[in-house]
Amino acid sequence: MTRETVINGLLALLLLGVPLWAYLADEPFLITLATKVAILALAGVGLNIALGQGGLVSLGHAAFFGIGGYAMGILASHAQSYTPLAEWPWTIEGSNSMPVIWITAVVTSALAALVIGALSLRTSGVYFIMITLAFGQMLYYFAISWPAYGGEDGLSIYVRNGFPGLNTLDPIQFFAITYVILIATLFFAARLTRSPFGLALNAARQTSERVETVGIVPYQLRLTVFVISGAITGLAGALFADLNRFVSPSMLSWHTSGELMIFIILGGTARLFGPLAGAAAFIVLEQMLGGLSDYWHIHLGLLLLVVVLFARGGIIGTLAGEEVRHD
Amino acid sequence: MSLLLFVEQLLNGLQFGMTLFLTAAGLTLVFGVMGLINLAHGSLFMVGAFAAAAVSAATGSFLLAMAASIAAAAAAGALVEVVVIRRLYRRDHLDQVLATFALIMIFSEATRWLFGSFPLYLNIPTYLSGPVTLPGGIEYPLYRLTIIAVGLLIAIGLFLLISRTRLGIQIRAGESDREMIAALGIDISKLYTIVFALGAALAGLAGAMIGAIQSVQVGMGEPVLILAFVVIVIGGIGSIKGVLIGSILVGMTNTMGGVLLPAFLRLFMENSAATAAGSALATMLIYILMALVLIVKPTGLYGART
Repeated sequence: MTRETVINGLLALLLLGVPLWAYLADEPFLITLATKVAILALAGVGLNIALGQGGLVSLGHAAFFGIGGYAMGILASHAQSYTPLAEWPWTIEGSNSMPVIWITAVVTSALAALVIGALSLRTSGVYFIMITLAFGQMLYYFAISWPAYGGEDGLSIYVRNGFPGLNTLDPIQFFAITYVILIATLFFAARLTRSPFGLALNAARQTSERVETVGIVPYQLRLTVFVISGAITGLAGALFADLNRFVSPSMLSWHTSGELMIFIILGGTARLFGPLAGAAAFIVLEQMLGGLSDYWHIHLGLLLLVVVLFARGGIIGTLAGEEVRHD
Repeated sequence: MSLLLFVEQLLNGLQFGMTLFLTAAGLTLVFGVMGLINLAHGSLFMVGAFAAAAVSAATGSFLLAMAASIAAAAAAGALVEVVVIRRLYRRDHLDQVLATFALIMIFSEATRWLFGSFPLYLNIPTYLSGPVTLPGGIEYPLYRLTIIAVGLLIAIGLFLLISRTRLGIQIRAGESDREMIAALGIDISKLYTIVFALGAALAGLAGAMIGAIQSVQVGMGEPVLILAFVVIVIGGIGSIKGVLIGSILVGMTNTMGGVLLPAFLRLFMENSAATAAGSALATMLIYILMALVLIVKPTGLYGART
């Protein structure tokens, strides 16, 4: 067992242990924070698959996060007002069932990732960063100027959506849902990395020409991983909207994309549990520094600068030792 | 729609394009020469606007305010280059994105801390306010016309700087082969600082000029930054000519789309629905334009580098 595996296991236990302790000590706010960490980590895991494995620096993943959020908001608001979503060509009813919402979020964000990826992946490097950013902003401005679903004000949902057999309004039960999804996704990401697909993807990131000479098309690999990545981030978006019972264009804003990237770099790029470590550190910092000063983003910015400039492996890299897999 | 209104909107598009040009020119120079993607460029735009608003409030002079915006943005740019950016040239794009994203947070919060959250206002001086009558009887604000003129002058100046001066030769040489010009005895790190400060100064001036039309507030640089990225993607990275054409295209599409699309939809839709759908679609138009350019030319209209 490597040191990184031990750290990963400890992180997973910590994320489970803190809310359990909070449940016993009757501290519901702490459970909500842990839920937030789990959901943001899930979004980070989604981005990390594209960024760490595929080398695709997407600055537009807020688009998928927001699409997932709006999938929840739109379905739940129609269910709430008993109006159908569409009457033609088929009648589509709203829904307040989490599984239905999740499937919708995954499918719509995967479709969006397919379109955005197919266009953006024609380019590479710095063009790719700018284009993903621009597509993200396109959806952001669209959400602001489209009045049907709240426009700039966003959409509020009165009651959290349901999951068969569970009471999702109970913080610890909702946390359990997000935790199981996060661990399952981490397991999937680990398998993906070691699969033939993941190996080919890593090879394409390192030397695209060699991969091409053995008959693999890097574009297809990258598009596939971009779609998978978008779908996971979309699922996280649906959960995040359900946590807050609110969705607004700010979920689509490029600050969200930047924050998702911060989780990854704080935790350690291309590390399996990097997004979890990063998201947890981010939330802890937000709580600590936010209490000290209204201008806590200055401190966060300085800290991020120091991590980027001097501590390149992030939290997991520093703890588990140098084994930098991204180049 | 009357012809007068059409021409007025055309000029508005050109004016918007010119401010985009000033912002995007610095960004593309920095990328072309140093290979660096700088998200904090919008912050320098904001620094220029705040410096202008502060100096204008203190002295009442608009020209001094403009000079201050250039000086403050150039100084901030040079400082940031020496302290942070310099360490990023050899890093991958991911590190550059994150470090400059961190700079945005620092700049925004520091500005909020210094000036507060309320927007500041920068007044247009009396000698630039009011409309002028253009040939054909079109009334157009003198100030916006001045922005167009200043933008065009700076575009010409930049072309001359890059094609005719010694600094321009060094910049072009730096774009094609940085080791070689270092070997020829050019102080490459000084050149980088100058290019970065030049780009910052242009962004600062753009911010100050726009600040007199809108309000001066934290975060004002970000929408412009993203449009500047779209401009660069359309024009091709590293090309001043591409940036000029891309800026005008984006400025026109943005302004004309916002006016023409709702008017067009009104022909076969109900009035309020047409306005809503039209303005929502208009915000997406420039990105659709970008996607179209990418399908035809993935490296932009005038770009060669990737």
